Amino acid sequence: MLVDRKAPVTSRLYVVEILKGLLITMKNMLFSRNVTIQYPEERRNYSDRLRGLHYIKAVNGVENCTACMLCPTVCPAECIHIEAGERPDKEKFPIKFEIDILRCCFCGMCEEACPKDAIKLSTIYEMSQSKRVVYDKEMLLVQRGNR
Amino acid sequence: MIEFSTAAMLLKVIGVLVVLLQVVPIMVWVERRGSALMQNRLGPNRVGPLGLIQSLADALKFIFKEDPIPGHVNKFYYVIAPLVALVPAFMTFAVIPFASSIEINGTVVNFQLAELNVGLLYILSIGSLGVYGIIMAGWASNSKYALFGSLRSTSQMISYELSMGLSIIGIVMAFSTLELGPIVVGQTGSLVESAARIWPGLAQVPFLEHIPRWGVFIQPLGFLIFLTAVFAETNRLPFDLPEGESEIVAGFHLEYGAMKFALFFMAEYTNMFVAAALVTTLFFGGWHAPGLPHLLDLAGLQGMAREWVRILLEIATFMLKTGFFLWFFVWVRWTVPRFRYDQLMNFGWKVMLPLSLVNIFITGVLIFYGVI
Repeated sequence: MLVDRKAPVTSRLYVVEILKGLLITMKNMLFSRNVTIQYPEERRNYSDRLRGLHYIKAVNGVENCTACMLCPTVCPAECIHIEAGERPDKEKFPIKFEIDILRCCFCGMCEEACPKDAIKLSTIYEMSQSKRVVYDKEMLLVQRGNR
Repeated sequence: MIEFSTAAMLLKVIGVLVVLLQVVPIMVWVERRGSALMQNRLGPNRVGPLGLIQSLADALKFIFKEDPIPGHVNKFYYVIAPLVALVPAFMTFAVIPFASSIEINGTVVNFQLAELNVGLLYILSIGSLGVYGIIMAGWASNSKYALFGSLRSTSQMISYELSMGLSIIGIVMAFSTLELGPIVVGQTGSLVESAARIWPGLAQVPFLEHIPRWGVFIQPLGFLIFLTAVFAETNRLPFDLPEGESEIVAGFHLEYGAMKFALFFMAEYTNMFVAAALVTTLFFGGWHAPGLPHLLDLAGLQGMAREWVRILLEIATFMLKTGFFLWFFVWVRWTVPRFRYDQLMNFGWKVMLPLSLVNIFITGVLIFYGVI
């Protein structure tokens, strides 16, 4: 039902209401904290659990990965491509380990699935590039850790 | 060898022009920083100290940008419309007194560019010329939104200029002059001067006699109406229908770019400055600061030094009051949302116009009984 409700006289006169509004903006201007984060100098504090850029953990210069193919299996975005190979000191290892970062949805399932604690997600979130990148093994072997 | 009066005039003109041109970048900066702080942001703070040079960078960008003329516009009117909007804005300031007079070697120098005896009429007529620029811009742009914007501006001007003019009538009646100089001089007296003749008890009330006879005290209703109408006149929020971004994109300056757009921008801010100066002159005693002579006596200044200090302080007073109203424009803009078109018309015709007529009536009665 359409009811024509009359506003109270004070708000129909505008003046009082506008003065109240002016007080609110002035209070905001003088006493409120500014929420702006001036990005390159100041950074937001993210949780340590942030899922950012991937890396493959290495112990004594040898990657933990045994090319078990669990991470490409579990990956919902199908962005991990592994080619397994053999070598004498370690029966199975990835010859090729590529992550198509544009397909990745940073769900962190690969990290959960990994039995060898090899693929990990760091907290690095600045990943802008000028061209499409597929991270290869050399790139992923840089130990980024948690920043 | 030019005459002294000519030289003084030239100096005044140059001074006023420089101040008017400086107001624009400073006000743009104030607007951006002020709005940012009100919304808990920071605003431009990178270019120069506190971001003060941001406006200069913007101006440079405006100048060096490509200045295309769209193919579907009427070129002649499209090009001159920004100028038509800008020039009246600069012209209006000519009759506003920004300090009292000083006597140098027997010549009286008034701190006012043109002492017109129809000063108020001049301001009203030149001020309403500004809307021609907007109409020309909208019409010549040959675009729906731009035309809507300028049509809105026209109807807004018609409905608000009426009550604006009528609200000033009260001031004209109270000071019985159209000249702005004498209006300011008329505001230097005491508020209860004439009322005390009817009720002698008023003169005994402490401090009451020290309240100056400013327009805002003898015309409070007229002041409210005038202030509101001035917002509509300068196309500022809450009455910025000509450029309602949410409905008609950018309104009348939709098809403009680069320096032509900047000229509209300058016109808006110059109009704001003139409007603020006008509110100061008509309702807040212009250059008059209560207690200034006492201050000069206390400082123990004599002769010409005293005169010059007085003039400087008066200009400072005027600029301070004008500055407050400039800030008030910004403050209101970031507080009050835009009126809807029908609300605006209702408000203009059904509220402002009757109120301004009532104001004239009350003023007449008060003058008849000698209260003001």
